[in-house]
Amino acid sequence: MPDVFALQAPPRYEIEDDDLLINIPAPPEKYSGAYLTETYKVNMGPQHPSTHGVLRLELTMDGEVVLSIRPHIGYLHRCFEKHAENLPYAGIVPYTDRMDYLAGLSQNMSFAVAVERLMGIKVPERVEYIRVIICELQRIASHLVAFGTYGLDMGAFTPFLWAFRDREMILDLFEWLTGARLLYNYIWVGGLARDLPEGWVAKTREFLDYFEPKINDFNDLLSYNHIFITRTANVGILPPEVAISYGVTGPNLRGSGVDWDLRRDDPYSIYDRFKWNVALGKGRFGPIGSCWDRYWVRIEEMAESVKICRQALEGLPEGDVHETIPRKARPPKGDVYARTESPRGELGYYVISDGSDVPLRCKARSPCFTAISSLNAVVQHAKKPMLIADVVATVASYDIVLGEVDR
Amino acid sequence: MLELDKLVKLVGDGIEAVVTALGLGPTWVTLVQLIVAALVVVVFAALVVLFLVWWERKVSARFQMRLGPMRVGWHGTIQTIADALKLLQKELITPANVDRGIYFWAPVVTFVAAMAVYVTVPFGKGLIVRDLNIGILYILSITTFTVIGLLMAGWSSNNKYALLGGFRSAAQVVSYEVPMALAIVAVVMLTQTLSMGEIVSQQAKFYQWYIWRQPLGFLIYLVAATAECNRTPFDLPEADSELVAGFVTEYSGMKFAMFFLAEFLNMFTVAAIATTLFFGGWNGPFLPSWMWFLIKTLAGVFVLMWFRWTYPRLRVDQLMSFAWKFLLPLAFINIVLTGLGIYIFRP
Repeated sequence: MPDVFALQAPPRYEIEDDDLLINIPAPPEKYSGAYLTETYKVNMGPQHPSTHGVLRLELTMDGEVVLSIRPHIGYLHRCFEKHAENLPYAGIVPYTDRMDYLAGLSQNMSFAVAVERLMGIKVPERVEYIRVIICELQRIASHLVAFGTYGLDMGAFTPFLWAFRDREMILDLFEWLTGARLLYNYIWVGGLARDLPEGWVAKTREFLDYFEPKINDFNDLLSYNHIFITRTANVGILPPEVAISYGVTGPNLRGSGVDWDLRRDDPYSIYDRFKWNVALGKGRFGPIGSCWDRYWVRIEEMAESVKICRQALEGLPEGDVHETIPRKARPPKGDVYARTESPRGELGYYVISDGSDVPLRCKARSPCFTAISSLNAVVQHAKKPMLIADVVATVASYDIVLGEVDR
Repeated sequence: MLELDKLVKLVGDGIEAVVTALGLGPTWVTLVQLIVAALVVVVFAALVVLFLVWWERKVSARFQMRLGPMRVGWHGTIQTIADALKLLQKELITPANVDRGIYFWAPVVTFVAAMAVYVTVPFGKGLIVRDLNIGILYILSITTFTVIGLLMAGWSSNNKYALLGGFRSAAQVVSYEVPMALAIVAVVMLTQTLSMGEIVSQQAKFYQWYIWRQPLGFLIYLVAATAECNRTPFDLPEADSELVAGFVTEYSGMKFAMFFLAEFLNMFTVAAIATTLFFGGWNGPFLPSWMWFLIKTLAGVFVLMWFRWTYPRLRVDQLMSFAWKFLLPLAFINIVLTGLGIYIFRP
């Protein structure tokens, strides 16, 4: 383990009184100058084109320099956890789809893994393989959205449509498989909703062959564009120790150079059988943990996901996907915390069962929630003054889904 | 062959004959001739914009693996006309608390400034409204007026996004005008004249094009010109992820269309200036001169579209530091090099 794991206390910052405009902090010395007059507050969102949903950021500004960010969330709160306490286990699965609408299958997967661990179900090999294949396809689809919208936020329109062109193919595969394009309800507790249709494997292979070279196109179009690098490589730096202390996970953590991927370090399902690399931010064009690094981790992860998919398709065994689906899921008394690597990071479900057919408590640990909590730390750790345009770049590079933040 | 200069002369003589026959003096002859010429230019500009809007949509669609407009007309060719008709029918909404007079005149100023440039653009052999002896200086000064229009729009809209967009565009255009003018100065040092017609006639042969003697100047001009017409990567005044739609946020209907027209006209203008200064204007073999002019200019416009649909956007401070810290010194170096070249190679 690298020594960045030596935990540090999170940097302290003043949380102002909620009755605004009275206790606005004086700007730090490093930004003050002769021109300085006073700080002011800017509300970014909830209706703003580059907050990726309904996130409200309360920015304390000194001119165009951002002094602090306070995220305000809850605009998309749908009481997932309370709903879950009143639903049978099989009925919760569709609700998990709606948390992260860009990676529904990963959410299904995480919840299914949690309940299966609680019930001690060992699902058939074929189910595990199909789960890995579709979860990795889902990761590609989700990262494609991240890539495309990041381009959009940086003012480049074309990457967005290129990304959606390829995502469309994945969605077509999913539609063929699950009947839905966004909210799948496909990975059930103990199995899958249905088996792979005939010809699906061949079509998926075709897609992987098509998609792999496209990643180079993305790099030529956006990743190595000089303007793009100037906009992102020295911006939004999240140092590794800060990332860890805030509990940031997933591509955002790996973008800070921390070698941590649940698929490898805490294997669930059958991820330990495949050969692939964990993509890491290396600080290629600036300090480590910059927006560009986070972006780059996602690009590399797409290639790695293709690798995993190919291996899983290679080893796909025969079997019955309905074999171990419990007729009525009644887990024994106890609790379980199962975590999986969703496209956004460590997605965990903590489920407490009292032996009945509904969970006593079901908590979802959202990677996006922890990620946006570190937004202010990014501002506080910035070496150079951070501008509003950099806030756009940073928020976009976190690739948050507000449905998951609010749950 | 298909040269239009004879036709222009014919029409001019015809007007002179008719007006004289009506018993009016030579002042009237010039006046009527100019009005006709202005009408022709306006119609031409409108046609150019109609084409460019369609072309931009098609080009962007091709860059993005789409088809673009396909329904109205063959491959969507008359889509723009349909859009223009729609915009004409729309209600002109004036939001509450805007500065009415300025709000009304802003699109007009922008549009007229974009249009007035065409007085001295040599479209082909003999196709120039007035070959002013200060042609290029006139163009440079008229294009600056666009800024006033944008500022007026931003200021009067009573909207923070519009205001910021207006300020940004003013800062940007003023900054990039300096390297652009200096790049043109380097060319003028070689041509020894400001008249557009003269500059074109000096580049009759392929090897006489000023691009060969001013490659650096051309690059500076290209970058500055892209910024001048607020196109990506310099489209900060309209950065939609930051400023919604910039200074046009509060405009609708035909007023919006006038900003839109002006933007496309500006694009055509900077490409036309590049053609005239660096690529031999309307000179070229086989094809009629006006066709050569259009080919070269549209190629220039295509480059601008190419930029737009592949590049991301700069940040405001990066934009400014690029203009003042990089482009401007480079333009000065270019002038010094040009001066040295003239000193060495011309006795």
